[in-house]
Amino acid sequence: MSHGITSLRSRIYLEGAAERLEGPLLFLKRLAEVTLNEAVYVEDASGRQRLGRIASIDEAHMTVEVLEATMGLNLEEIRLNLTGRPLEFGVGPGLLGRIFNGVGEVIDGGPPVAARRQLAIGGLPVNPVQRETPRDFIETGVSTVDIMNSLVRGQKLPLFSGGGLPHDRLAADIAVNARLRQSDEDFAIVFVGIGLPYDSAEYFRHRLEESGALERTVLFLNLASDSSTQRLLTPRYALTAAEYLAFEEGMHVLVIITDMTNYCEALREVSSSLGEIPSRKGYPGYMYSDLATLYERAGRVHGRAGTLTQLPILTMPADDIGHPIPDLTGYITEGQIVLDRELDRQGLYPPVKVLPSLSRLMKDGTGGDYTHPDHPALANQLYAAYARAQQARLLASVVGDDGLAEEDRQFLAFARRFEHDYVAQAERRSLEASMALGWELLRELPRTALNRLSDAQIAQYIDGEGG
Amino acid sequence: MSEAVIEYIGGPLLRARTEGPFGLYESVAIGEERLLGEVVRLDGDHITVQVYEDTTGLAPGRRLAGTGRPLSIPLGPGVLGGMYDGLLRPLDGFDSPFIPRGSFRERDQAYRFTPSVAVGERLSPGAVLGAAEREGAMDQQVLLPPDVDGEVVEIAPAGEYREAEVICRIENARGERREVAARQDWPVRIARPLARRLPVDEPLITGQRVIDSLFPVGLGGKAAVPGGFGTGKTVLLETLARWCSADVIIYVGCGERGNELTGMLEEFPGLVDPRSGRSLMERTVIIANTSNMPVAAREASIYTAVTLAEYYRDQGLHVALMADSTSRWAEALREISGRLGELPGEAGYPAYLSSRLADFYERAAKGETLAGKVGSVTVMGTVSPPAGDFSEPVTSHTKRYVRSFWALDARRAQARMYPAINPLQSYAEETSRLAAWWQARGNSDWPRLRRATLELLEEQTRLERMARIIGKDALPFGQQMRLLAAELLNDAFLRQSAFSENDRYASPERQTVMLRLLIRFADLAQQAVARGVTPAEITGLRIYRRLQRMGEDLPPDDLAAYQALGEDMERELQALAEEVTA
Repeated sequence: MSHGITSLRSRIYLEGAAERLEGPLLFLKRLAEVTLNEAVYVEDASGRQRLGRIASIDEAHMTVEVLEATMGLNLEEIRLNLTGRPLEFGVGPGLLGRIFNGVGEVIDGGPPVAARRQLAIGGLPVNPVQRETPRDFIETGVSTVDIMNSLVRGQKLPLFSGGGLPHDRLAADIAVNARLRQSDEDFAIVFVGIGLPYDSAEYFRHRLEESGALERTVLFLNLASDSSTQRLLTPRYALTAAEYLAFEEGMHVLVIITDMTNYCEALREVSSSLGEIPSRKGYPGYMYSDLATLYERAGRVHGRAGTLTQLPILTMPADDIGHPIPDLTGYITEGQIVLDRELDRQGLYPPVKVLPSLSRLMKDGTGGDYTHPDHPALANQLYAAYARAQQARLLASVVGDDGLAEEDRQFLAFARRFEHDYVAQAERRSLEASMALGWELLRELPRTALNRLSDAQIAQYIDGEGG
Repeated sequence: MSEAVIEYIGGPLLRARTEGPFGLYESVAIGEERLLGEVVRLDGDHITVQVYEDTTGLAPGRRLAGTGRPLSIPLGPGVLGGMYDGLLRPLDGFDSPFIPRGSFRERDQAYRFTPSVAVGERLSPGAVLGAAEREGAMDQQVLLPPDVDGEVVEIAPAGEYREAEVICRIENARGERREVAARQDWPVRIARPLARRLPVDEPLITGQRVIDSLFPVGLGGKAAVPGGFGTGKTVLLETLARWCSADVIIYVGCGERGNELTGMLEEFPGLVDPRSGRSLMERTVIIANTSNMPVAAREASIYTAVTLAEYYRDQGLHVALMADSTSRWAEALREISGRLGELPGEAGYPAYLSSRLADFYERAAKGETLAGKVGSVTVMGTVSPPAGDFSEPVTSHTKRYVRSFWALDARRAQARMYPAINPLQSYAEETSRLAAWWQARGNSDWPRLRRATLELLEEQTRLERMARIIGKDALPFGQQMRLLAAELLNDAFLRQSAFSENDRYASPERQTVMLRLLIRFADLAQQAVARGVTPAEITGLRIYRRLQRMGEDLPPDDLAAYQALGEDMERELQALAEEVTA
């Protein structure tokens, strides 16, 4: 066996250094100067190149994460091609309307994208001093989101779902329906599928193409059959594209990522192959920091016109909101939208469970400047009334409906209508329609129970002088 | 200084072979970019270093150099009003929106110095040298460092100086001369000395009713705010930062969201401190180590914050330190400990978690400074327990060191009952010492009101449990009325809207009249029910809704309006009772 270093067209080749191959991880002797996170190509005897990155180094050894299937690689024949640069993605305005795989390669049969710049996919932390607070509204067409948990430009608002719930449909609906209130501004969607089954990937592609939304969309599809190391990079390629569109092209970009649970599973898998000490439920101790490097890439930046909003979707294992994946996500993101199995079983779509749902930045995207001056009070009152109705429901489950006081019965009726007519919706609702329907529901409650509304609001909307 | 050669890098840690002596916790400069690091372990001729910046691009074989000093931060009059990373390096002044590595610059602000000592004067450690004024910050002082004393041989005249400029030369009894500038380094892991500690006997007024009236924190005390995600920890802490009665606010965003800190930075300069009439930012320092910034700097950031707090305390100021969140700090500790290969304790945290938490919280104090003034550091930290489970290690260890515990409750938060502090799970231990302060503010029966409130809330839980079994209507009218009175107390007193101009801050005087009104209402309503009035008739009264909304509807300083509300309440309930008996 011979080994050596050759330099070819300013690239360095390393031969005979491979010592061990375990799943996607390649362990090699460190025969050349490399740096952490450097991009490499792993080449086999046939000359096929597989993308990888340097995951760890010490004085004598290094580990490469191979981003494509490692089947058939042979330790004797491996040549490592060192690029001397971190993983990069070529971005340009031609990204829109295109479809990529999980490592940024065009898969729609079209020509490659004309790259205006090569950007490192890892990104850099945005300086908090250079950030601007998220402001202004994105209309999703879903009442429980728009009115009660508003999505604000620059926010990261995840959707907590469960296996078998219609999050794919909701994700596609939002991708198709989302709009800015002032329609003349540039709006784009970056849609990221991580570890998708083939049919889901086709579903998204089909929905976007059919509705014509693909034109304003950049689609990244990492399939369940792709290597797990690739999943760790897919959102990074996508966010690099989104950052470019937002901060260089000045667009308002909504990034929809599904499913973050697959990302976290890949993180656990790779961490365990690296022999790292596991933390909660076998996930690595740095999962919080790692997720933060993705979620924190949402935001607005001083002096740049665009915004980057994230709507990541995750499925809670066993519907457990305390599971590390939703738990750590919830601590980083600015709220969450929770889907509910019970509502889904009743055939209500979208099955948004409003009580545990929350948009922390709601105050920065609603009210007179962005939506309507009475929007916050309406949302507040709907929440309070529905929470109160849940108490009545609990009571009714013990003493029966007949054992309830009149007021409690009114709240029960409210909850039923709220779920069937407000939470559930067959098609997109404009903000105005959602608000009008909200006031209508509140009219059925006793005036004394409307303590989150001012007298003026009651007079206008409830007693109907101007509502 | 000694040098070493890097052999291994993994995440924020590196191992190096030394070519000379290094000390534990010595700060080092790594590579050509001179990245900041700290020695955390000595092992024969090897050292382990934690690096305060991203290690991407570092490679074995590069060199690092010791500085001969423990990890320190540069204190000085230029700090106030700005935003810094976990090691007090300024975050402004970059061209790029991102934080590039190794590009931090040294802070050296201009300020106006007015000396208050003269040549020949003998000074003890920590003595005041003069006043420091700067645009965009409240007035401060320049002190002699705690380890310097002697006779003034030279003092700069009044004028503009930069922080690093020497303004005083001093000679001690042994004839050693020291040069003193306004910018003074202090090691972050060592507490600054006080002449003596004083008892915590007055509250930090926060303007939040549930805190000040029920679960106060003392000036120089320590409080913890545990709560699952979405329960409003950060909003509560920011509200406290805005309105609490401290002179200086130090807010540490430790492993939290970038957008929130930006929000403060945008909002604070425009808010006016109700007491000084100046911008809130002038009394605030924000230390930002967002979740995507280097994890080692997150570990250091709370020590940086508390050291800075002590620096202002030593000038005779009352400082409120808000740490959001101590769980993220503990996780940084866990991550580094895991990489060091230490034996994990409970839930993977290192066994020394508890003593590190104690080190931090014990630096909260009220005391007499070396210069003979009274200052304090009040520490408030949020805890983010996984899945909202308060039995996890960080919450349970924190509970051992804090005196006030504000437990946030997911159910309250879901009903948008903010601040979602659960009155039955929360506590405050120093209340008996604070009664005298309330008495001096015209509320001699504060302990009684507080007890009556807590009793009513406790009864509510008991009655609700009963109502769940037999139905609310099956409860006797008296008990139904107690329930309604408790609900009113929750709605009108415990709930406080941070977004309503009238409601967001309640002065102690207003809190007193509101609480008196509600406790009086509970008593009067109870009497009325005893005379045959039904609870529904009482909640149908106009006064009921007026009480419900008094916080938001009545102007904040108009105590007479509350007086009138009280009179109306007496009258309406009286009339109702008479109607029934007649």
